[in-house]
Amino acid sequence: MSIRSIKTLWIASALALATHAGSPMADEPVRGGTLSMIISPSPQILTSAITTAGAEQVVSSKISDSLLTYDFDLNPKPQLAQSWSISPDGLRVTFKLRPGVHWHDGKDFTSEDVAFTCMNVWKVLNGRDRTIFGNVTSVETPDPLTVVFVLSAPSPGMMKSLAAQQAQILPAHLYKGTDIATNPYNLKPVGTGPFKFVSYAPGDNLVLERNPDYWDKGKPYLDKLIFRFISDPATTSSALESGEVQLVNQNLVPMSDLERFKDSGDFDITTKGYEFQNEMEMSEFNLDDPIMKNIKVRQAIAHAVDKQWLLDNVFFGYGKVANTPLHSHLTALYDTNGVPAYGYDPVLAAKLLDEAGYKAGPDGTRFKLTIDPLPYGDYQNLVADYMREALKQVGIVVTVRSSDFAGWVKRVYTDRDFQMTVNLLTGGSDPTIGTQRSFWSKSFKIGVGFANGSHYMNPEMDKLLEAGASEVDAAKRKQDYLEFQRLAMTDLPVLPLVAVDSVTVANKKVHNHSIDAHGTFGNFADVYLSK
Amino acid sequence: MNSPLLRYFGRRCLQALVVIFIVIIGNFMLLHSVPGDMVDVMAGQGGDMDAELMATLRARYGLDQPIMVQLGHYILNIFSGDLGYSYRHSSSVLTMILHGLPATTLLVVCSVIVAVIFGTLTGVLAARHAHKPLDVALSVVVLFFYATPIFLTGLALMLIFCVELKWLPLSGLTTPGVDMGVFARIRDIAWHLILPVVSLSLFYIAIYARLARASMLQVMNQDYIRTAHAKGLSGVHVILGHALRNALLPVVTMAGLQVAELFGGAVLTESIFGLPGIGRLAYDSVFERNFPLILGILIVCSFIIILVNLVVDLIYTRLDPRVELSR
Repeated sequence: MSIRSIKTLWIASALALATHAGSPMADEPVRGGTLSMIISPSPQILTSAITTAGAEQVVSSKISDSLLTYDFDLNPKPQLAQSWSISPDGLRVTFKLRPGVHWHDGKDFTSEDVAFTCMNVWKVLNGRDRTIFGNVTSVETPDPLTVVFVLSAPSPGMMKSLAAQQAQILPAHLYKGTDIATNPYNLKPVGTGPFKFVSYAPGDNLVLERNPDYWDKGKPYLDKLIFRFISDPATTSSALESGEVQLVNQNLVPMSDLERFKDSGDFDITTKGYEFQNEMEMSEFNLDDPIMKNIKVRQAIAHAVDKQWLLDNVFFGYGKVANTPLHSHLTALYDTNGVPAYGYDPVLAAKLLDEAGYKAGPDGTRFKLTIDPLPYGDYQNLVADYMREALKQVGIVVTVRSSDFAGWVKRVYTDRDFQMTVNLLTGGSDPTIGTQRSFWSKSFKIGVGFANGSHYMNPEMDKLLEAGASEVDAAKRKQDYLEFQRLAMTDLPVLPLVAVDSVTVANKKVHNHSIDAHGTFGNFADVYLSK
Repeated sequence: MNSPLLRYFGRRCLQALVVIFIVIIGNFMLLHSVPGDMVDVMAGQGGDMDAELMATLRARYGLDQPIMVQLGHYILNIFSGDLGYSYRHSSSVLTMILHGLPATTLLVVCSVIVAVIFGTLTGVLAARHAHKPLDVALSVVVLFFYATPIFLTGLALMLIFCVELKWLPLSGLTTPGVDMGVFARIRDIAWHLILPVVSLSLFYIAIYARLARASMLQVMNQDYIRTAHAKGLSGVHVILGHALRNALLPVVTMAGLQVAELFGGAVLTESIFGLPGIGRLAYDSVFERNFPLILGILIVCSFIIILVNLVVDLIYTRLDPRVELSR
């Protein structure tokens, strides 16, 4: 070869390498395709305005948008609301709505829809929204594109909850004057979102198709979105492996299978996209029980449990050891500075139990204890089994009692026939949404589940929680919740164990499924499938 | 022969009514003795609910009324064809059951047919070569599938045929989101049913094989079989024309029982293969404390079982002339 041609060859190769190195594959979204996703259990209703159950939220948020979305740091981003402002006293929150948004049946989306849904659905039928919007006294609609929430007290928590995952907006023209809970549109929803409802086969599948009139022109990229309701974990893994589905979220793939998916190289595993939910594995102590009443006993139990072991062996490392009741995702408020921590120390635990007056008997037993794990998935049972062994080391003989879901809820929250639970509690995007319920005296009511199971009544704690709930100044709020975390871990009515990470497993062909705090609970307008 | 037949049917209908009545009352009482109710479950699954909302829901669902009042309302409603409303599904109980019946019916009927045919064939073959190597081999294979739990068989088949070979669809009754003509749809459903039916049948084939084998052996020793051979009838004619008809009686009984058992009990198979049947519906509704739905399914299943028993009795009379309908 001549020198000239060799040089040309070199230059050509260098250019080729440069251009390929600089542009990653699939930068340009690919139009078209059908994405199949598994959710479980089968949703009972197709709008999450009325219920806050998980599967309903996943489905509902793709059919209908709401005012805002939240990025990974839980900062609000516009969706159907283009801009917003809060009055200095925090009592009036004004949203300017995006013009030109239509419902799937062609009618205009207006402020009336927001006002109607807030006053008649969120505040009336939705268990969690009743608390979140509890301070809303009325919603004004000065014009079709302006909404004003009028509050009796400032609600920073509300400002963190205005996403489709939590606050779904319903079409007033289809729901006004009807019995909302039994309205037929609950099963054939009409929304403002990127996907329109096509068909629903209960227990089998739900089919959505692209909305060509979506306000975000050009999106969504997918043609069809299919949800398969598969309840068996082995079937879920098989379906993902065989390619029949491309996306599984919310730990539906058993954590023990995750290694296999990681090793195969065809799947992405991510824990991002759950910053809106923040689930905490925690143990509630029944403070009405004579043994659990004793703070030293609770502290001893806290020291006798190796939380790192739980994280590594039960949760396969997906999460963080919890030393405060707030999830670490709440970056603005999570703080361990000065918060008492209970490291794994069985010797100290034994000493504390002695001080509490429970000396070890001749066979080493100090006292008997029952633990009731929440029967929702496997993890609570595994944690309880571990605790039985760990507490045996310090002389506590544990019996783990099993039950089904309804029986457990009744035993713990109605009969209050328990000493210690292992529970999975949703913290939410703001302490007022989830965490508060475990510590606020006003949350305690016989028969109401997942609310102050400990029966913890501390006026000082109430003051902190109520101050933080309506504090508008960010620095002051941070201080309020820092003191909350300190007091919660001092009084220890609840023992936080692990801040759980949920896992999404996706075929590498699926892009943009977890791009904000909602992750797979988002509207999937940006999702596309590469070839 | 009309009069005795009519009287027979009349008696059977009366019996059916009594059975269903007992089913309703018995299960109603049983369900209410279990702790926790539907609102507890809804509150739990939604993450939380305040006391006021729970009280409102309990009033709406009639859960706050005394048990006898609830039972009374329920029975009255049944007479007007109203099996109740499932609030969780925002549909009537009847709608939910009708949604679930096709999948379960297809699964059960196909499984029973496959199991009976292959099981009987296996049993007859084994009986023909009794105590010889073929008999032993067949017994071992059949026992293997009987001993293996249904879900394990199902998952193994799924791994081989769906994940590895990708020959068959993995889950569901039909391919979602695709429009197709009637024949294409039938073929699609058949394709989806292959693995569930095979998994379920493999278990029951063992039962029919053992039954048929034992029954055949017993029948083959009878005098009339010896007479048939002596008359010069061929082996096949003897088996099919004379022996099998009489050997089938226990098989038919078993088939009837299997249909009854599977209508509410194919939960495992339905769960693994994602079939939207009433087995799964019943199982889920127990955990949801969805009483109207549970009771509705129990009533419908009782009805189906009674019907199946009637059909089995009628088949008896065809198979064995010694059995009479009337007394």
